[in-house]
Amino acid sequence: MNTSSWFAVRRELSQNKKTKLGVASFLLPLLIWCMVSYLPFIWHPKVLISNPGDVDYFQVGMLVDKATFRDELSNMQSTGKIAPQGQPANPIYLPAPHEVAKAFYTGFTTAPEQRDGQWLHESLWHSIQIIFWGFLISSLIGVPLGILCGTYSAVSRLNEPFVEFFRYLPAPAFGALAVAILGIYDGPKIAIIVIGTLFQQILIIANTTRKLDYALIEAAMTLGTGRIKLLFRVILPGVLPDIYRDQRILLGWAWTYLIVAELIGTSSGITWFITQQARYQHFDNVYAAIFMIGLLGLGGDLLLAVLGKRLFRWNLSANKE
Amino acid sequence: MNTTSHLPSYLEQSEAVRNRFDRLKSREVILEVKHLGKDYKTTKGNVTALKDVNFKTHRREFVCVIGPSGCGKSTLIRILAGLESHTSGEVLLDGKPVTGPGRDRGMVFQGYTLFPWLTVKKNVMFGLEMNNVSTDDAGREAELWLELIGLEKFANAFPHELSGGMKQRVAIARALVNQPRILLMDEPFGALDAQSRVKMQTYLLEIWRNIDITVLFITHDLDEAIFLADRILVLKAHPGEVQELIEVPVPRPRSAEQFSSPEFLATKARLEALIHPQEAEPDQDAEVKPQMIRFVNVADNVE
Repeated sequence: MNTSSWFAVRRELSQNKKTKLGVASFLLPLLIWCMVSYLPFIWHPKVLISNPGDVDYFQVGMLVDKATFRDELSNMQSTGKIAPQGQPANPIYLPAPHEVAKAFYTGFTTAPEQRDGQWLHESLWHSIQIIFWGFLISSLIGVPLGILCGTYSAVSRLNEPFVEFFRYLPAPAFGALAVAILGIYDGPKIAIIVIGTLFQQILIIANTTRKLDYALIEAAMTLGTGRIKLLFRVILPGVLPDIYRDQRILLGWAWTYLIVAELIGTSSGITWFITQQARYQHFDNVYAAIFMIGLLGLGGDLLLAVLGKRLFRWNLSANKE
Repeated sequence: MNTTSHLPSYLEQSEAVRNRFDRLKSREVILEVKHLGKDYKTTKGNVTALKDVNFKTHRREFVCVIGPSGCGKSTLIRILAGLESHTSGEVLLDGKPVTGPGRDRGMVFQGYTLFPWLTVKKNVMFGLEMNNVSTDDAGREAELWLELIGLEKFANAFPHELSGGMKQRVAIARALVNQPRILLMDEPFGALDAQSRVKMQTYLLEIWRNIDITVLFITHDLDEAIFLADRILVLKAHPGEVQELIEVPVPRPRSAEQFSSPEFLATKARLEALIHPQEAEPDQDAEVKPQMIRFVNVADNVE
């Protein structure tokens, strides 16, 4: 078999090919977006009026449907009046890449429209804090409880049936309840992230703990290891790299709950920024803010991946990635 | 089968060998297994894994346990280690019944089972630290053992950086540093290639000769059993019962040349007769006979 081919089944690619494909995975969607935005014959369902002619309700800079424009154009031509002029355009909710790129910068330099409003960086920082506290509180309960469930069947049977039930309850459904209990500011938002993450976390960590090779535990027992030491000196260090990996995945889930959480009570953080910009039809800013969440999430995960490699030098699977 | 008739009986022992066995049996009993039995409950009903197993092991004796697959030799060693319960009889170590795993019985597994997150040295220190020996003392002991097994250069390496033979040497050191009364070994060299296997056998005998340790060694390799053991406990399957306790007549010190000595061959012939009896029930593989047809040109011969 040709192992250097692009499509060898389940073979590792060379570093060069990996890098190329990684870049391409970002360039491909960008290319599609550019084509839709810059090639006037692709899509462009609207017409941007540059000269209203004799159509009384057309104005310069107005976006009208192609069909409407065509109707008015033939109307004017048949009655001998001045025909309107315009260029094909995309709807306002699809800004071109360069507009979003500009918004990426101007988003940070533009002062908030309201006096009590927040700058973009303040909104982002607020969101990061909500995620941090939500995930921290969830992990402080979920990780130890998960490890105990994975270690002792009694703890597992006492907790997991209920947790299994609770994880199907959608976290946003607790929004109103959380506001009633915790007020309208950050409390209920953090609570939603905790509810959304914790129950999955307990089950995932418990399963990971159960996957530790039992032979290692047996080996430790024949060396005279007591129960408590078995937990802290064998099980815990043995599953730590896998729990670390789980936590990275769970942190991604916490981000997905962020948007819902921030809509609860008084809207805040990056979600507030997005809804506010959408209200004024600044869709370039909306896209910029959404991409920023993506960059923060991916950047954070890459950082944790690098950190994980250094922390768990002994772990083969962690070092392979 | 003709060759066996020219061999001496495996029961014949030279003067030196007989004296050695007399000395061996005069040493105190370390391990005593009395009427040991183990039943499993499965969906198909009760299965007897072990039935009325009896034997005694003396101090500094090397015992091998051998038997066909399914004879319960792994179950036996796991019961001795305290990793599994038994349903009848008892296991006495120094006269005291075994109730669970403990540092007085070291164990070496086929799958190495080194702790992957600890360095080689920390692995060897593990047992001592679990038994509240101070880190300094444990470190000194571990260094001594790493020197004994010739892996002092790898003290700070992680297990995944070692070869199979090296890993198993560390596992032996990890068990022995705890000063157990008996070392239980469950097919420890089964995963090694033939060459490292022979090296490890010689190496294990070297360790056994020099320290006060009794070894109970499970294997399915007849040569390995004869090469290593003072006595061989032969089990039979369904249910797992003791068939014979053979005293190996091959003199010590052992060496690779003895593999073709008459005593060695006689013992091997006896073991083979016990484990693969002639009138064995028809085995399934034998019934599926290949019927080869020639697919190549008549002139295209490989033999």
